[in-house]
Amino acid sequence: MSDATANMTIYLKVWRQASATAEGKFVDYKVDHVSPDMSFLEMFDVLNDQLVKKGESPIAFDHDCREGICGMCSMMINGKAHGGQKGTTTCQLHMRKFKSGDAIVVEPWRAKAFPLIKDLVVDRSAFDKIIQAGGFISAQTGNAPDANANLIPKTVADEAMDAAACIGCGACVASCPNGSAMLFMGAKISQLALLPQGQPEAPRRALNMVKSHDELLFGNCTNHAECEATCPKEIGLEHIARMNREYTKATFTYHEKARGGDGA
Amino acid sequence: MSSAVSRYFTSSIGRKQLIALTGLGLCGFLVAHLLGNFTLFISSDAFNLYAHKLMSLGPLVYVAEAGLAGMFALHLGLAIKMTIENKTARGQKYYMKTRTGRGETLMSATMPYTGLILFVFLVLHILQFKFGPVYNTEIDGVFMRDLYRTVVEYFQSPLNTAWYVIAMSAAAMHTAHGFQSAFQTFGFNHGTWTPKLKLLGIAYAVFVAGGFAAISIFLHVKGA
Repeated sequence: MSDATANMTIYLKVWRQASATAEGKFVDYKVDHVSPDMSFLEMFDVLNDQLVKKGESPIAFDHDCREGICGMCSMMINGKAHGGQKGTTTCQLHMRKFKSGDAIVVEPWRAKAFPLIKDLVVDRSAFDKIIQAGGFISAQTGNAPDANANLIPKTVADEAMDAAACIGCGACVASCPNGSAMLFMGAKISQLALLPQGQPEAPRRALNMVKSHDELLFGNCTNHAECEATCPKEIGLEHIARMNREYTKATFTYHEKARGGDGA
Repeated sequence: MSSAVSRYFTSSIGRKQLIALTGLGLCGFLVAHLLGNFTLFISSDAFNLYAHKLMSLGPLVYVAEAGLAGMFALHLGLAIKMTIENKTARGQKYYMKTRTGRGETLMSATMPYTGLILFVFLVLHILQFKFGPVYNTEIDGVFMRDLYRTVVEYFQSPLNTAWYVIAMSAAAMHTAHGFQSAFQTFGFNHGTWTPKLKLLGIAYAVFVAGGFAAISIFLHVKGA
């Protein structure tokens, strides 16, 4: 910390909770020697170093790649998921976006479907359950098919890629006033619905994933679009619309028995 | 009920689509209601003849009333259930939650509250006029209810008029979000058309709510 530019002082109000069942509370911390070039997570590393040296328990927070592609970091910063900077995750948010002396409130994602594990860490395995319900395709074994065996227009491939950019961080749920996971699910259904590889399971996928979403106690989408605004991958509401179409189509055209009754 | 039907009616997307469908149905009713009420601008006879004609449709009146009541009950019931689910889905509340400014609007955030105002308004509205004071009149030898007098007497009170303007502001806010939202719920989202639909929704909200509010103010100013 001899860096002369590490001259910011930040006042943090952080949610501390020892376990899922323990009583949680906000604790105030003063972090000195913060460099404007640090990411928000690196500022937490500095604070945790100080806490460990003092013999206190460091603040638990999720992080992994620190380059905005893993979807692990998950902090509600001053009331905004990932801090509210457009198209970025918490690890891509730099302290230069703040001023020395700023007070910053940091909370975990709040959703019934994301139970708290510790401090700022929540259990997002509800997303895995939605994927397990239908976010997969059947692939043939054997040699890899020829790259051009399935013709897909560039625009369609691009749109599927836009949806596939979802890193499953959960900012959509955290920022949705209704705690709904429709943007996450919309992205996952969209990316497969757009491509030929996703067609065989398409109706069952839509029906089963939505069923799973509802059972996991996520809220209902009321088209506020807070999710779209906070999504670090800037996934749009058009993917929720496509999911709505897929679901409607499956409801009115798909009949299990007519297709051999595989019990899905 | 087959599993596909029950699944649709209990799923989040299915219920939302029913809310959207009934909402659009009610939007359609409001336009018809407003166009009919424009006769209030013309004369007492014009309005009374219109109301008389409408009530002489016999069984069709009951069919229309039952349809409207059904749409309204479904819209309200499903919306209440959805709102309760949405409130509980958060679990522990945020200490600090700020809007991004690119998503949630005052209109979208207040849907349950403006909806509640409209529900109270609707109950009072039916009591005040349909089941309000009954006067009779004769136009060209035909006896009919003088509904115009019931209406115009009601709007002599500045408080009553103010309440109608407030309720119509709630209607404007509710439909400005609801109209365009319904299309998204049905899966219609298009780079070119959706922004235009949003504008159409706002135009609809201003026209309908503004039209009804204008009638209230017009009758208040005009006097009995």
